Amino acid sequence: MIPRYQKVLVIVLLVASLVMGGVLWQLRERAHKRLLAGEDSAPTHAPEVAPSEQATLVAANDADGSLLAQAHSLPLPQDPGARARVLVGKLLDLYAAPDSAHPVPGGAAGVAQVFLLPATGPKDPQNPDAQLAVINLTGSFAASHPSGLETETLTVLSICATLRANFPRITQVRFLVDGQQRDTLAGHADLTRTYLTANAVPTGGTNP
Amino acid sequence: MHWSKSALAALAAAGLAALPAAAQQAPPAPASRFVVVLDAAHGGSDPGGRLGSGQPEKAATLALSVRLRSLLAARGIAVVTTRESDATIDSNRRAAIANYAAAQVCLSLHASDSGSGAHLFVSSLAPVQATRFAAWKTAQAAWVTRSLALAGVLNSALLHGGMNVTLDRTTLPTVDSMTCPAVAVEVAPERGPDGQITAEPDDPAYQARVAGAVAAAVLEFRTEARQP
Repeated sequence: MIPRYQKVLVIVLLVASLVMGGVLWQLRERAHKRLLAGEDSAPTHAPEVAPSEQATLVAANDADGSLLAQAHSLPLPQDPGARARVLVGKLLDLYAAPDSAHPVPGGAAGVAQVFLLPATGPKDPQNPDAQLAVINLTGSFAASHPSGLETETLTVLSICATLRANFPRITQVRFLVDGQQRDTLAGHADLTRTYLTANAVPTGGTNP
Repeated sequence: MHWSKSALAALAAAGLAALPAAAQQAPPAPASRFVVVLDAAHGGSDPGGRLGSGQPEKAATLALSVRLRSLLAARGIAVVTTRESDATIDSNRRAAIANYAAAQVCLSLHASDSGSGAHLFVSSLAPVQATRFAAWKTAQAAWVTRSLALAGVLNSALLHGGMNVTLDRTTLPTVDSMTCPAVAVEVAPERGPDGQITAEPDDPAYQARVAGAVAAAVLEFRTEARQP
């Protein structure tokens, strides 16, 4: 004779097994639907080119040592680091052009990456979200850069001024070459220091 | 480090026929010692840039330093140079020589193939009050105001000499560690109205004109410094 309590226990376990089976079946159906939905959202269109935007490039002029702000329209990505890299690359493209007022070979390929980090040093109450831009230049760009106090200084200052014109939060800029700290750009401009964008001010041109 | 001979200076100031008028009008031996430091940039294993003539920058800066030293010594000014030969000297050593000399004028001499005329650079450090102990890398900060005044005098003299001049700020480790009125002078090619090069930075006649203008500026700066 089976005791009553054992009969009740078996029935309860049976019901629990059926409920758990039902839950598992529901979960499987949901996972299957999610998988099908994922397949439906797979890209079926080619990626679109970013729309052109207005940007300010501050270009150097060797003839008078000036920094001139110029308005340009160019496609810019949304990510701030990528955006900064495109802007600095475009500036270097201007310098690599045959009729450049500040001839520097290399072009956009001269800047490998731009990293945006929180600014170092004491917080500026007027710009609490101040950023430090780390520009990683390529070794080939540095090696081919003309040597001279003026030409190297203008390259560094024009990059700083271009970043300042387009990213008000960038207050400091540091330079690396092939990911390493380097003493000078091409024998003169000091790359061991942090440059303040406030010291890189255009001397003319369109409104930055 | 090479000190000019005061006897040589006196002889020269006394009337070498080739000296410009400013030298012949130079006052007799000054009451207090006025020292100028000339730093010919690069040298030895560091050639600097390559000029259009094919010469390395280190040769052009040394030639300019030697020429300028002669002109200043002829005017009775004590001159200290950071190098007199093709020697490798690091930026700290150069600044140390200038600071030990307790100079009233420090000129860092450079040459370049880009731009035109003379480029004058003052340290981009923000001016501060002089203190007893200054940080080595920013020692120039207490002298920036005087350096700007020196750059102004040099600017006027070079413009007066018919040269195209640009005036700017930069970060140059040698200058940033100097405790004296310091200016970096970069000699670029002389260009005609069409932008064509008419004289390279190592052209002796062109260097003579630059050196003459710089020497006149140093004399002017000394005169201004002595005025009450």
